[in-house]
Amino acid sequence: MSSKEQILAAIKKNKPKATVLPALLSYHTEEIDRLIAQFQQASMLNGGKTILIKRIEEIPSYLQVHFDKNLQVVSLVPELHGSLDITTVQDPHDLEAVELAILKGTWAAAENAAIWMPEENLSHRALPFIAQHLAVVIESRHLLRDMHAVYEKIKIDESGYGVFIAGPSKTADIEQSLVIGAHGPRSMTVFLLTA
Amino acid sequence: MVENKTHAAAAEEFLKDEARTHWHDDTLWHVRTKRDTAAQKLPEWEELRENASQIKDYVLSNLDELLVQFEKNAVANGVEVLWAKDAQEHNDHVYRILQENDVKNLVKSKSILTEECGLNHFLEDKGYDVVDTDLGERIIQFNDQVPSHIVMPAIHLKKKEIGDIFHKHLGTDAGADDPQYLTEAARIHLREKFIKANAAITGVNFGIAETGGFVVCTNEGNADMGTHLADVHIACMGIEKLIPRAADLGVFLRLLARSATGQSITNYTSHFHRPSSGKKLYLILVDNGRTEQLGREDFRNSLKCIRCGACMNTCPIYRRSSGFSYGSTVPGPIGSILSPGMDLKKHSTLPFASTLCGSCTDVCPVKINIHEQLYKWRQVITKEGDAQPAKKWSMKLAGKILGSPAWYNFMGKSARIALKFTPDSLVYAKINAWGKQRNLPEVPKESFKEWYNKNRK
Amino acid sequence: MNVGLFIPCYVDQFYPSAAIASLELLEKYGVDVTYPMDQTCCGQPMANSGYQQFGKDSGELFLKNFGDFEYIVAPSGSCTLHVKEHLLSHDGTGPKIYELCEFLTDVLKVEEIYASFPHRVGFHSSCHGLRGLHLAKPSEIVGVDFNKPVSLLEKINDLELVTLDRKDECCGFGGTFAVFEEAISVQMGKDRLADHLSKGVEVITAADMSCLMHLEGLLKREKSPVKIMHIAEILNGNSIHS
Repeated sequence: MSSKEQILAAIKKNKPKATVLPALLSYHTEEIDRLIAQFQQASMLNGGKTILIKRIEEIPSYLQVHFDKNLQVVSLVPELHGSLDITTVQDPHDLEAVELAILKGTWAAAENAAIWMPEENLSHRALPFIAQHLAVVIESRHLLRDMHAVYEKIKIDESGYGVFIAGPSKTADIEQSLVIGAHGPRSMTVFLLTA
Repeated sequence: MVENKTHAAAAEEFLKDEARTHWHDDTLWHVRTKRDTAAQKLPEWEELRENASQIKDYVLSNLDELLVQFEKNAVANGVEVLWAKDAQEHNDHVYRILQENDVKNLVKSKSILTEECGLNHFLEDKGYDVVDTDLGERIIQFNDQVPSHIVMPAIHLKKKEIGDIFHKHLGTDAGADDPQYLTEAARIHLREKFIKANAAITGVNFGIAETGGFVVCTNEGNADMGTHLADVHIACMGIEKLIPRAADLGVFLRLLARSATGQSITNYTSHFHRPSSGKKLYLILVDNGRTEQLGREDFRNSLKCIRCGACMNTCPIYRRSSGFSYGSTVPGPIGSILSPGMDLKKHSTLPFASTLCGSCTDVCPVKINIHEQLYKWRQVITKEGDAQPAKKWSMKLAGKILGSPAWYNFMGKSARIALKFTPDSLVYAKINAWGKQRNLPEVPKESFKEWYNKNRK
Repeated sequence: MNVGLFIPCYVDQFYPSAAIASLELLEKYGVDVTYPMDQTCCGQPMANSGYQQFGKDSGELFLKNFGDFEYIVAPSGSCTLHVKEHLLSHDGTGPKIYELCEFLTDVLKVEEIYASFPHRVGFHSSCHGLRGLHLAKPSEIVGVDFNKPVSLLEKINDLELVTLDRKDECCGFGGTFAVFEEAISVQMGKDRLADHLSKGVEVITAADMSCLMHLEGLLKREKSPVKIMHIAEILNGNSIHS
């Protein structure tokens, strides 16, 4: 017998009587203002920052103040221009010098500020991790109360890979002291488009 | 690492440094407090626990069908699925994959399963330099230790000690212990490893039967840095890590990070389904004693564990004896009900390392009745060869006395008389564990029974 | 309502005053209470040590003594829990066992307690009563806060209840754990005491004498003036032990 057969046979022999799979949970959504406030608070606790904007055009001026424009910027948001054209990059290792990646988020949970980023929104899977800083643009109408609601909206196997990003790369492995910028982004800025 | 030592002896050793014990206790209590705060924010918390518990019950009772479904979907996604009945077979699979793909440089993110299988040492013996990339794991790897906690592997070390370790291994300034500075040094060191790696090994937090994909959670982003840069991704997964539906992730992700550290979610929750074009994705399904545990009616639901570590943080014994005192890959309350199933003799003292206070059961996000299983393991251990004959004898005697009113009344009186007239030097002799640091109660002139006889009959 | 009073073995032998207070308290509220003379122990010490089989005789004896009562009341959460889980039937037949405080709050529904206790008091929440009998909401659980023993203490005149940093951490007694894991048991006890002492308590009380016996052992070794008292003694209007 192969190991697979042995394992399955052992399970068949040892498993308890079948139980019923419970129904999925879902909760009533909340007012948009409350969702925005929750998102902001959660994002802050995760080590990130939320900037409320009315128009996408507000972003460049913010970036100009907060990031060095001489460094490499990749933008996957059509309205915003970067300095590196991602379509020219074949090998993710070539993204090592990226200072800032600006991506578009799909759906987000207000309870924890997690934003669903399917592979198509990343261009390279490595991009949101290898960049020194990360910015994500998301529309407030795509804010949902919780993870149950987000999983109702997304199809996780539509792309080969997808990730919830909720904040910058962080660690507390040294005496529980929070340090931002463990391996990946040293900051995460969420532009929440409220119009 | 402490091995083949009773938990009590290892704990006593740890407790000799009272200041360190307090520090360890306070640090973990702080994590437990953060967990409480996070849980209290969700009025539906207890409903989430119940739902997660029922889903996991369903998984255990349909595990074979779900595994078959999972494999079928994963294969259709282009994942190569391998099965391992034990640690050795798991390690052999990993080694063969590395050989076949001509892997030279290897990075690994946190996986308790690979700790359980002893993968690092196995590969090191074959000449590989296994680089653990989770900061805590890297610290203890430098220090030649195993994790003392499943979520916070280096929680037993002070920053000063970590500073010394980094000074030795990474050349940081002598005496420097600022966490920001040390983390930056690790970042530079590990980025180089990520860039060079040909293969990345990860654990799996959840496998999804419905889609054949799996989820890995990190805060550092190290699993993603590794897997997206390397050509080969090997994911190692215990067969109990399955969930039936994609949407079940909602409840488990809401519970996991809050229970573990009090965060609302880890900053990265990565869903892997298909390899990037030109790359390879392997998934190893590991039994290693799990099917056996599934057959133990009283203990099977320990397999519902999602490895959050909340039971460790709340456990007053874990907090005051540290993970190493357990001498098992998974320490703390959950380790004390999992490990005896792996090796009853080696881990026979673990179910006794508890006051049965029940806090572990209360924090468990999948409602494993941990303290009840500790009680049940005790019954099994005393039946299957007890290492402490004196205890057995005294318990048998106690049972005899307490089972008979005449013996009880006689012995109670004699004991009270004996205590009254025995010199303190004998009562508090070194052999008397109660009296080493505690006084015995003062002996009353009469028992309640004697009083009742006089006053109420 | 006929009530059998179950006095745990170590309370009978070492803390008769707690037992007397329990009896008097029940009598005050007009309960028809009997103390079966042939009782010994529920068998918990053996069972929790992994020797359930050695507790069989005492378990049978317990049922012989208490099987015919409508209610059994015991001034110990821990022993009550053991009897409830391991000795009594779970199908609603036979006697129902209550820990003393929950009997007062849930069955007798006591509104007033005419007692005064002009002291600073720390309440130790014993684990088996807390998490096994649900005498209070444990701090880990999300839900409406309640605490049956504390609700009774709050009815006592002049009693000043302190707020602890860790309101329901285990004291480290744990039966034979206290002996076989001596070092950690003692450390847990010392840590619990430090919490109480830093709040300036004069008396530490609990619904379980076993936890208090452990804490008292540590207090006496340190020659501390702080006293321990079973909650029944305070509810019964007893004054501080000399």
